[in-house]
Amino acid sequence: MSMDRARGKRQRDEMELKLKSRILDAEGIKRTLQRISHEILEKNQGGVELAIIGIRCRGAYLAERIAENIKTIEGKETPVGALDITMYRDDLTEIAEQPVVHSTEIEFDITGKKIILVDDVLFSGRTVRCALDELIDFGRPANIQLAVLIDRGHRELPIRPDFVGKNIPTAKEESVEVRLKNVDGVEEVVVLA
Amino acid sequence: MSTKNTVKWTKKHLLGIEDLSAEEIQLILDHAVGFKEVLERPIPKVPTLRGKTIVNMFCEPSTRTRSSFELAAKRLSADTLNLATASSSFLKGETLKDTARNIEAMKVDMIVMRHACPGAPHFLSGCVGASVINAGDGAHEHPTQALLDVFTIREKLGKVKGLKVSIIGDIAHSRVARSNIWALTKLGAKVTVCGPKTLIPVEIEKMGVRATYDVKEALSGADVLNMLRIQLERQKRPLFPSIREYVREFGINSRLLEKHAKKEVMIMHPGPINRGVELSQDVADGEYSVILNQVTNGVAVRMAVLFLLGHVKKEQVGEQHKKMMKNKLTIP
Repeated sequence: MSMDRARGKRQRDEMELKLKSRILDAEGIKRTLQRISHEILEKNQGGVELAIIGIRCRGAYLAERIAENIKTIEGKETPVGALDITMYRDDLTEIAEQPVVHSTEIEFDITGKKIILVDDVLFSGRTVRCALDELIDFGRPANIQLAVLIDRGHRELPIRPDFVGKNIPTAKEESVEVRLKNVDGVEEVVVLA
Repeated sequence: MSTKNTVKWTKKHLLGIEDLSAEEIQLILDHAVGFKEVLERPIPKVPTLRGKTIVNMFCEPSTRTRSSFELAAKRLSADTLNLATASSSFLKGETLKDTARNIEAMKVDMIVMRHACPGAPHFLSGCVGASVINAGDGAHEHPTQALLDVFTIREKLGKVKGLKVSIIGDIAHSRVARSNIWALTKLGAKVTVCGPKTLIPVEIEKMGVRATYDVKEALSGADVLNMLRIQLERQKRPLFPSIREYVREFGINSRLLEKHAKKEVMIMHPGPINRGVELSQDVADGEYSVILNQVTNGVAVRMAVLFLLGHVKKEQVGEQHKKMMKNKLTIP
């Protein structure tokens, strides 16, 4: 949800948002990801021809963790990739901040594979739209499924997740932040209002 | 690769490396890493600059730079328009300013310009609203060439800081040399320039480089050799006795490298090469030559530049540029 995050950050710059509630702690995130991993395997018959691709930046770390879980459960490696959607954004001319391009790393052929697209928070759906456009430029996957840690509603596009960690009803002005130790130094999911 | 840049891009034009800070150079290089990955995709095209129009205004011959800019723009989904001197109204006596303003009236977002006069892009940036990118102005600067050179060095050797880089050849007439000196010294490399006395400007040391007239001295200890083309077309009168003598004194061949240089010294050349003059055949095509990598990286670096300039916000445009726009800048 990098696009929404930028939007959220902008709101925060305008007025300081305060912590409203803590939705998940480190243990909670771990358990939720484990359940999502099991669901992915259940739906995809033991993970045949599966590949996991996370949306930068936090989705990429979640994708790695899901791949690790799958390895523990099934005992086999699943290819993991990271997608940077900056070049596909539809709001490049509108956003206040200078966007920063990071690199996309997909070192396998996605054609014919079942792709699990992973992001931290699903909000407007615009980030997922970018990711779908970008993925399809890489090849023709058998299908693409969407896994998110948090679904906070307020979709602006006809996009629905296949695997959800937690549904959180939010007001549109609120901000949901997934903080991971890889990026933020802490492990938690919080709602700011 | 994640970028840890704290600096934001605030420039509307890219006129020279001299105006850039080390952080801004790093920012462009970091972005270029992402764009290089795009070039390796099955469909090497992204929709980033969709709807933007970029004009290539080349008032001097060019193969590499013009096609590189055009390809970079197309890879970013921008529309491109090519203007070459031979087929445009320059020949009918239209002034640069008029041509540019007419083109701008067709709603273009960026103008990539090469011109034989130093400062021409600076002049242009003062009379049009579009972003101007200097693609070489006389013997002054060629910023994207320097950026792709340092990008190639950073990519191959992992860093620029502390490296010994020798630029050998026609320093006096070379915009590549000038831009490279700015970029390399800003990033902390130790630069040596080398060439015949007549082709090295006096007081070049003031740019923070060491000058030598002995090629062996330039070779010894160098990590990178950037070879420049002898630009006979820019010499109003002969500045050395003969090409043959130049080759004997300053031409790089494998025998010379073996004797005086590090084994794995990186060989660069901005092209076009005069084979057998500044570089011998075997060195130009040798194991440590990165000349073709430079060309590939050129597209990625130019994509990064177009991306950054294409998304700079009006309110972000730096004070320096605002002032320049206001004063309509006089040619430096």
